[in-house]
Amino acid sequence: MSLFDKRLSEIHSALRAKELSVTDLVQASIASIKEHDDEIKSVLHADEEGALAHARQLDERLAKGGEELGMLYGLPAGLKDNLITKDVRTTCASKFLANFDPVHDGTVSKKVKDADAVIVAKLNMDEFAMGGSNENSGFYPTKNPWNTEYVPGGSSGGSAAAMAARHFYFTLGSDTGGSIRQPAAFCGVVGLKPTYGRVSRFGLVAFASSLDQIGPVTKNVEDSAYVLQAIAGHDPYDSTSANVEVPDFLSALTGDVKGLRIGVPKELIGEGIDPEVRDAVLAALKQLESMGATWSEVSMPHTEYAVPAYYLLSSSEASSNLARFDGVRYGVRADNASNLIELYKESRSQGFGPEVKRRIMLGTYALSSGYYDAYYKKAQQVRTLIIQDYNSIFADFDVILHPTTPSTAFKIGENVDDPVKMYLEDICTVPVNLAGLPAISVPCGFSGKGLPIGLQIIGKAFDESTVLRVAHAYEQSVGFHTRKPEWVRG
Amino acid sequence: MSAITRKEVEHVANLARLQLTEDEAERYTKDLNAILEFAAKLNELDTFNVAPTSHATDVKNVMREDVNRPSLPREEVLKNAPDHEEGQFKVPAVFE
Repeated sequence: MSLFDKRLSEIHSALRAKELSVTDLVQASIASIKEHDDEIKSVLHADEEGALAHARQLDERLAKGGEELGMLYGLPAGLKDNLITKDVRTTCASKFLANFDPVHDGTVSKKVKDADAVIVAKLNMDEFAMGGSNENSGFYPTKNPWNTEYVPGGSSGGSAAAMAARHFYFTLGSDTGGSIRQPAAFCGVVGLKPTYGRVSRFGLVAFASSLDQIGPVTKNVEDSAYVLQAIAGHDPYDSTSANVEVPDFLSALTGDVKGLRIGVPKELIGEGIDPEVRDAVLAALKQLESMGATWSEVSMPHTEYAVPAYYLLSSSEASSNLARFDGVRYGVRADNASNLIELYKESRSQGFGPEVKRRIMLGTYALSSGYYDAYYKKAQQVRTLIIQDYNSIFADFDVILHPTTPSTAFKIGENVDDPVKMYLEDICTVPVNLAGLPAISVPCGFSGKGLPIGLQIIGKAFDESTVLRVAHAYEQSVGFHTRKPEWVRG
Repeated sequence: MSAITRKEVEHVANLARLQLTEDEAERYTKDLNAILEFAAKLNELDTFNVAPTSHATDVKNVMREDVNRPSLPREEVLKNAPDHEEGQFKVPAVFE
């Protein structure tokens, strides 16, 4: 068993008993990266020196005694490279930010440090979080640890692949249209997208501000609850973060699902869903039923409109958010521009990759004079209809359950030539972001090719407790989360 | 029928401050047409009386006291600038 397979309570006991040090943990993380990441490519930059210095500091503090240990004390963490970290390179996997060292921490980076976790590395992703395969990284694509011919998913592909490889105790990702849940499903790990507003976005490089949300990627649901506990809460620096009470997420993990009412939208379990994925999800429903839950088929009539609405809205917001990358205040500036407009154009054109340009173009068009009502406003109205679909289901059900993705991971290069085909892969995840709801992906089986399958559980706004409770009860009863790629240590 | 012409793509690129190569202009004309054709699906829905949603939460007009707080030191802020001079960001001349 790898060190990072242990429960948090076991790690903390071993640290207190001096059987283990934080330095040991951080060294294990660095060793795993050095040994296996040449092939997986989940890491963009490791801060070996900084992490070891932080580890020594934490070890000294425990040796002196007295002070209370933070909730995530000593745990090596990897952060998606769109979460800014003071003095540690943050590139969003974009050549545009190849030399960017943030001058302050984002709220979540700070909270993770305040909880005494050690940030060891920044992780690969689709450039500016735009993509679902990590093939859009401006540096190199990440591979799926289960089979390196396949994508790990995206855009938090590095965060999910690194967890499957057990490089860290936990990682953080961001989810705008499925970017935590889809790679978690493809890599056989647990990915949680909290309710919009549950976690501060201050210091998350913005892609689509009304949809983006930071969340944990972990080996199991218990770890997910711990990390969410540490990063959740209102933040005066993010006025869209919700000023609501943060419950004790750990106490929600009771193992009990008796009387739970599950709604299963027929649009996301029938046509278009790979039979292997459908069978795994139906088996999960049977399992939950045997534990005392009930389920019924329901309908989300506007499901087929969610993907086009999502791409119009997210690209519009992106075109506005990415206007800040101008080559003036930070980032890479093109040489030899003779005037300011040329400097903007050349810097942006050289710095951004093809998918980022495509989305900026789409968003700029959708917001431009004469097209705003037809595209942007229309998509906002469809967003309202999708929220109404959810509201009518949640009037009678506690959670909604369906696959995280229509099929398992695809081969590297398989979808790169057809943006619409690639976008349609997001059908099971984007409606959740449009409605701002909390959702988790947990492993629920494997395909004939040995690739992981993800089960998605969606809850009411700010009801992460129920989502975590159901996910945990299911996970513990079936144990798919304990499987790892064969080559992974231990 | 094309929803967007090559000329419009070049106009949009200019609005977005992107300099497209010949290949890119051609590629994005094709891609944007495919994506917009796909987006036209939304027109199947009658949304005449549907209010648009810009945010999924109820948060509205968050106010705070306007108080002075320390900001980042100037040297720190300029640390990532591609070019600066006398404590200011430096860019090519805007006026001749």
